[in-house]
Amino acid sequence: MTTVDTGEEIGAIDTIRRGMAHSPELKEGIRFTLFLAVIASVGQVVVPIAVQQTLDRGLHADGGPDVPFTMVMAILAALAIAVTSYASFLMTTRLFTSSERGLATLRIKAFRHVHDLPLLTQNTERRGALVSRVTSDVDQVSQFLVFGGLLFIVSIGQILVATVVMVVYSWQLALVVWVAFAPLFLSLRYFQRKLSAAYGTVRRQVGLMLSAISEPVVGAAVVRSYAVEDRTQARIDAAIDEYKAASTRAQGFTAFSFSLGGVSAGLANAGVIVVGVLLGFAGDVTSGEVLAFAFLVTLFVGPVQMGTQILTDAQNAIAGWRRVIGILETPADLVDPGERGRVLPRGPVDVRFEHVDFAYPGGPLVLRDVDLEIAAGTRMAIVGETGSGKSTFAKLLSRLMDPTSGTVRLDGVDLREVSQASLRQSVVLVPQEGFLFDDTLAANLRYGQLEATDELLVFAIDVLGLTEWLETLPRGLQTQVGQRGESLSAGERQLVALVRAQLADPDLLVLDEATSSVDPALEMRIGQALERLMRGRTSVTIAHRLSTAESADEVVVVDRGRVVQRGAHADLLRQDGVYAGLHASWVAQQGPGR
Amino acid sequence: MSEGATTREGFAVLWVAIKREKGIFALSTLGSVLFGALTVADAWVLGWATDHVVLPAFRNGEVGSGLLLTVVALFVGVAILRAVGIVARRLGAGIMQYRMQAHYRRDVTRQYLRLPMEWHQRHPTGQLLSNANSDVEAAWGPIAPLPMAVGTVAMMVIAVAQMLVADLVLALVGLLVFPAVIAANVLYQRLASPLMTRAQQLRAEVSEIAHESFDGAMVVKTLGREAEETRRFATKANELRDVNIRAGRIRAAFDPALAALPNLGVLLVLIVGVARVLDGRSVAGDVVTVAYLLTIVSFPIRSIGWLLGEFPRSVVGFRRVSQVLDATGEMTYGDQQVAGGPAGAAVGARLELRHVGYSYEPDQTVLGDVSFTVEPGRTVAVVGATAAGKSTLTTLLTRLVDPDRGRILLDGIDLRDLAHGELAEVMAIVPQAAFLFDDTVRGNVTLGAAVDDAEVWEALRVAQADGFVAALAEGLDTRLGERGTSLSGGQRQRICLARALVRRPRLLILDDATSAVDPEVEARILSALRGRAGGASLVVVAYRKATIGLADEVVYLADGRVADRGPHRDLLARNPAYSRLVNAYEQAPHEPVEAGDVT
Repeated sequence: MTTVDTGEEIGAIDTIRRGMAHSPELKEGIRFTLFLAVIASVGQVVVPIAVQQTLDRGLHADGGPDVPFTMVMAILAALAIAVTSYASFLMTTRLFTSSERGLATLRIKAFRHVHDLPLLTQNTERRGALVSRVTSDVDQVSQFLVFGGLLFIVSIGQILVATVVMVVYSWQLALVVWVAFAPLFLSLRYFQRKLSAAYGTVRRQVGLMLSAISEPVVGAAVVRSYAVEDRTQARIDAAIDEYKAASTRAQGFTAFSFSLGGVSAGLANAGVIVVGVLLGFAGDVTSGEVLAFAFLVTLFVGPVQMGTQILTDAQNAIAGWRRVIGILETPADLVDPGERGRVLPRGPVDVRFEHVDFAYPGGPLVLRDVDLEIAAGTRMAIVGETGSGKSTFAKLLSRLMDPTSGTVRLDGVDLREVSQASLRQSVVLVPQEGFLFDDTLAANLRYGQLEATDELLVFAIDVLGLTEWLETLPRGLQTQVGQRGESLSAGERQLVALVRAQLADPDLLVLDEATSSVDPALEMRIGQALERLMRGRTSVTIAHRLSTAESADEVVVVDRGRVVQRGAHADLLRQDGVYAGLHASWVAQQGPGR
Repeated sequence: MSEGATTREGFAVLWVAIKREKGIFALSTLGSVLFGALTVADAWVLGWATDHVVLPAFRNGEVGSGLLLTVVALFVGVAILRAVGIVARRLGAGIMQYRMQAHYRRDVTRQYLRLPMEWHQRHPTGQLLSNANSDVEAAWGPIAPLPMAVGTVAMMVIAVAQMLVADLVLALVGLLVFPAVIAANVLYQRLASPLMTRAQQLRAEVSEIAHESFDGAMVVKTLGREAEETRRFATKANELRDVNIRAGRIRAAFDPALAALPNLGVLLVLIVGVARVLDGRSVAGDVVTVAYLLTIVSFPIRSIGWLLGEFPRSVVGFRRVSQVLDATGEMTYGDQQVAGGPAGAAVGARLELRHVGYSYEPDQTVLGDVSFTVEPGRTVAVVGATAAGKSTLTTLLTRLVDPDRGRILLDGIDLRDLAHGELAEVMAIVPQAAFLFDDTVRGNVTLGAAVDDAEVWEALRVAQADGFVAALAEGLDTRLGERGTSLSGGQRQRICLARALVRRPRLLILDDATSAVDPEVEARILSALRGRAGGASLVVVAYRKATIGLADEVVYLADGRVADRGPHRDLLARNPAYSRLVNAYEQAPHEPVEAGDVT
């Protein structure tokens, strides 16, 4: 079994690289956006240059302050501000558009991929955790890309521009500034590693907390009927506290690493003044240049602090991005051959199991060397004790899982080579739990056939002999079924699943305990209708109730993962085998009155 | 919702947090004020260094080493204190935010546990989960920028004072920036607020679709509906994208404008400053100080904008959370104890239903008038067609809901008069749908009750679950639940059965609790139950004749009423409808199907 990839081993740069690959929109027009970013960064340097020029040539001009020169400088600077503001507007708009587009694509891709994951993976993953990967994890990335990403690009641009300008003024003072910041830059990697680990813990704790929070919601009935409210609350409180502790720890690292930037700035300022004065004695710089340098340092410090903050905040976003990428890179191990896939011809299919073994990951073989042919049009029942492996047949037939070894063939074609679209059209599995969506009955039935008209729905219900049931529903087809269909009884939900199958019109119908929750009288009525439905198709029914086996064309008896008997009900009954035993116990079950 | 109302409501929400976490708010605000004050001090140090060190040094061509050391000490000292301020501000804001989130998550989940089942049935799971998660997060979002904004205000006050002291006229020129910034912020709020509200709503809808769709993954897969589900999800996700892009355009326009305003102010100060230095009314150092102060407040001034920008999301989130917190309809409990003693006592409980009626909706009567009695130690089977109201009956017996009419008495006491927890002491139910907690096998069986492992194994044995549990890698310590070892439906049901049995209830209710279990295994469970149940009274909802055959009496439900009751054989003999229902398997004719009769 593949568990969903947490993506934890992917490095930060790698995450961004892979993230970009999954959302190509992020790269669209990035060159022009970067060009705009450079212009916007240059804008941030305009003011100090104006200040320096004004001080040096305006304020301290030979022969007293020069007002016209100052005016010209100010107007030029204002123009530059207007141009760079517009560039900044364009850049932000472009970034917003491309990142939101890219992330919507990512979200939708991840959503689709969750549905493409093997059933086993879906079942072992916390529902809340899967949901958070297409919701809050993506939102984290969005916040980062739009605000962080933008500011980060601008910050890097400003650092570069500020450095260039500083070097032009005085390479010695520029060196002083860089030396002051060297400890910060060198310690960044260390803090990033710490932060990455801390935020990894935070994301994990979120998952645990969400799972704890879901218990009083999903398990509301059990919690109440067992009066375990206090225990449930204690478990939730513990999870909430652990999340709080992990977040606080991560925040502590963030705050500390951020504060380092300020200390470096102090060192840089002091260094510039001291070294500047000393250089001034040597005649290398003017007083105006030293003062302008003080401004340049703030220009350098601002983006450095912003950049470090973004890097630290980014750890949280990257943790989210990793998790989304983790989903996408979890193999949908039932690979859909897609376009290259074979298309099954319509009409009843012939089923062949060739030396099929199956084991759940890490578990013992559930099916051993199953070799079985089901002729087209046969109504086959599979019976056996709990744990004999009979439900595994249903999952292999509908390709919810692939065999560990051996091959399942429909009409001679290996199931793995059939395109998913063709497979789902030809094979329909009706599971025990017919899940309903919070919508009308009609909308739920249309899961079987999207374009079905109301008349067709009513017809399908009638074919299955369920018109009477439909009439008991107060609003008929327009009845709202509630969350997960809970306004209907378990038996009624199974009826919906059957009507869906009827509408889907498959060539191979697989029923896995599909009528376990309806009453016997109704089951028998449906049974008759199902028999009609099965005509012209191949059908495989997994059943507890041997009444189903009695009416099948053929029965396959599974015992401890092997097919031990096969034949018509009457013939099997005469043999002294597993089937006779099962049947005897079934008859005994029927108890008095038989 | 007008922008003014949002701002007021946003402040009201923040006030709730400030009142609740006074100490930590004070600490982080102090840190922020320290940071702000020292940022201004930085400017002052620079101005001082300009006038007393740099300019004299260049003028005179010499400088005292003591003076240089003072410059270094001043800059570094200010920087270190400022770093302390940053840590206090950021860590404080974080702690305050996480504490508020934790308080509200606790309060919300307490409500989930307190509110009645009917309330739960009316609210989608996805919505309740997002109330406890993203809505709480959104509500307390503004706490993060709060101390910074408060500090900014303090810093602005200090900076303005500094500017006024340095040069009154230049300061007034520079201050023109402030009303412009405020006006721009107000306009931004007005334009962006409705979009942010819509985005928050859409986020919840996207989450609800994902939740439901992943819940029904099996159906989606088996019917090949992945593409349609993706389309359904994509519609909402794309709508969210478009709203975000629209909000982004507005932000893209205002951010550079807000950044440009202080810069324009600086230019203005320089023009006026040069003229004033020419006139001899200002000194160069003061022009530098005022310009510098304007540049350093220009960036933090935007933090006030960030704070206000969080308000729309916060207000919407807080409202959604408040709806849960303000919900009423708590189940009330009496103070009565059950006379027969708690679970484990050798005598079964007596259960009596008197004219019980229940409807989910006014026009949809599920149970009309149901009366029957389960005498101590007796087994009663509730039999009825699909959707006859059997499961509703079990929710009434376990007091998940109260009847609209009539009374249910346990040992002669109305369920509504029992103290909280008293019913669970006496009675245990095994529901149709098995729910497992994210816990070990042991935890799932005991649910925290003080029960030793021997008793857990005994319960598992009776439930026919000991075999597969023993085969699990970590036995009783194996984790179950959503992320745990996947068990089959029948195995999950048996864990739930053991959970009921281990409590030695005096009344055990099985709601079709063995539907996913094979007949043979079921037979073993039932015979073990009969051997063990001892004095316990038993109510079983069932179809299988073996189960029904165990019962001393059958209550036959039809159309929400007790259509008949009595021993199984008597009912079979006298009630044709009942007989048709339970004997369906034998009576079903093998219908001849003509070839070509294909739908």
